[in-house]
Amino acid sequence: MSTITLDHVTKRFPDGAVAVNDLSLDIGDSEFCILVGPSGCGKSTTLNMIAGLEDISDGELRIDGQVVNDKAPKDRDIAMVFQTYALYPHMTVRENMAFALKLAKVPREVINQKVEEAARILDLVPHLDRKPANLSGGQRQRVAMGRAIVRNPKAFLMDEPLSNLDAKLRVQMRTEVSRLQRRLGTTTVYVTHDQTEAMTLGDRVAVLRGGFLQQFGTPKELYENPANLFVAGFIGSPAMNFMAASLEDNHLRSPLGEVPLSDRLRRALEAANVERQVIMGIRPEHFEDAALVASQPERAGVFFSATIDVVESMGSDVYVYFSLEGARANAAELEELARESGSAELSSAAETVVARLDAATAVREGEQARLWFDPAKVQVFDPRSGRNLCLAV
Amino acid sequence: MRRRKLAWGGADLVVLAWVAFPVWWIVALSFKDPSTITDGSFWPTKWTLQNYEGIFKTSQFLLALRNSIGIAVISTVVAVVFASLAAYAIARLRFPGKKVLIGVSLLIAMFPQISLVTPLFNIERVIGLFNTWGGLIIPYIAFGLPFAIYTLAAFFREIPWELEKAAKVDGATPMQAFVRVVAPLAAPGVATSAILVFVVTWNEFLLAISLTSTTASRTVPAALAFFTGASQFQNPIGSIAAAAVIITIPIVFFVLFFQRRIIAGLTSGAVKG
Repeated sequence: MSTITLDHVTKRFPDGAVAVNDLSLDIGDSEFCILVGPSGCGKSTTLNMIAGLEDISDGELRIDGQVVNDKAPKDRDIAMVFQTYALYPHMTVRENMAFALKLAKVPREVINQKVEEAARILDLVPHLDRKPANLSGGQRQRVAMGRAIVRNPKAFLMDEPLSNLDAKLRVQMRTEVSRLQRRLGTTTVYVTHDQTEAMTLGDRVAVLRGGFLQQFGTPKELYENPANLFVAGFIGSPAMNFMAASLEDNHLRSPLGEVPLSDRLRRALEAANVERQVIMGIRPEHFEDAALVASQPERAGVFFSATIDVVESMGSDVYVYFSLEGARANAAELEELARESGSAELSSAAETVVARLDAATAVREGEQARLWFDPAKVQVFDPRSGRNLCLAV
Repeated sequence: MRRRKLAWGGADLVVLAWVAFPVWWIVALSFKDPSTITDGSFWPTKWTLQNYEGIFKTSQFLLALRNSIGIAVISTVVAVVFASLAAYAIARLRFPGKKVLIGVSLLIAMFPQISLVTPLFNIERVIGLFNTWGGLIIPYIAFGLPFAIYTLAAFFREIPWELEKAAKVDGATPMQAFVRVVAPLAAPGVATSAILVFVVTWNEFLLAISLTSTTASRTVPAALAFFTGASQFQNPIGSIAAAAVIITIPIVFFVLFFQRRIIAGLTSGAVKG
């Protein structure tokens, strides 16, 4: 039950590389905070700094208001779950979970009681006297969790704890982790590169890129109001579609046709004082089959035609893919952004557009289709800074 | 399939015979009666324990055995302890001069010992180490360390670093992390390098014969060269063979005893398999 504050924290390695740059985060008591980003974005380094396994080059780290920069990991009262679990192979499950308590010289009866309790919560009772080598991946993962929860620490730090599990188990354990955290109410910092985990688990999510904090907010905020192109492209699956567009008097000229600007958007763009060339972003679910919209006249929007390349039916929805002429105008710049972010989705999205349509749609592969989208949901980005211009108000 | 098995079996037999023949020859010699020792028979025609009784009756062999055990054990323990610390540093830390350190230790391991005999002989005579245990232990440690550092560094590298991090987060001091997590996992490596160093020092002959002059510090390999028969005119071959068999026993015992541990590899299960 603690707060964790990172105050302008910077990590500079001896070779001069800056892994984390001026990062400030305020993690509240009992909060489940996610650090997400592509590999090399500094998320694991940040976690290691909170744990005390890496020195902090600049800035302050406070746990419960107390500066802990120079405290050894053992004096910080935090527990960590590692990606590889890092179970002690020469100890039984029971000894693994008891290790920290034993070091803390907790009386034996108390240790036994705590270990039994944790084992019950995690369904590990029958395995207490086995060695890690004889456990399945999921069981090992639970032992790693157990080792953290028996200590009742100020905070849990988790470094991609589910990434070594197969897909089905991962989803199962994700729910389990979430339930456990709510039940224990322990402040948790969780590192992942998987935006789905970030969105489903986090109270708040910090998106990092190249050592810089991009945005820190609730999953809903990140999804609906991404601060920049990177967050917009990283959060959401399939990713947001980006295309080049240019700003006219009171509309946006885009490869999908002319998009009328709402008053709010127009004011925002005026305030931002941007150039005419912009990048327009629109999420797949904001498209619809025109035929299905026509019956609902209240849904005003933009209609356009496209030749459908691929149709993927998911049962509940249909994903359609189509290419856009003219979207390539600014593609080079977008691709550069994509390379920087290391996100493959971003680079393919520069040319191909994904739309999620209702399952009732009749569109077919290789045929012309008439589609619709909601102009109010369009996001507009500055191609040079990547900033989301809709948020300028 | 069957032919292949036969071929392999045949090859195995050849190798086995090749390796085991000299061993059997020395064992056979040690059981031969002095009168038949030169008959060249494969199987002793007249069995006797006389050779064994002979070497244990004189103090010459027993003193040498005591020297061998003492010197080999002390050299091994000291070398392995220091090598553990050095190997841990090499495997885990980044420090200036690390490459130089590794290079120098390799150099020592490859240095021709014969070229060191004369300088060592002179130095030890001047400082009073000649013909003492210390006079052999010190160079043995010097030559044993590189071997031990090499094998141990390889084992330490195999131990996932995250285990140590986990121990630290669990509240262990660096020393506790080393003693309670790293060292137990490196046990097979410690055993392996200890055997290596022990075997090398146990069998060492060149320095042993050059840096000793009496039974006060002469080890068994050197002492064998000074064996005489029961009488001055008796051929000592039987006694030498018996002594050779005796000093081979600890080596065989060590290897058999630790083999399973060495192969087992304790780290399985630490991380996702």
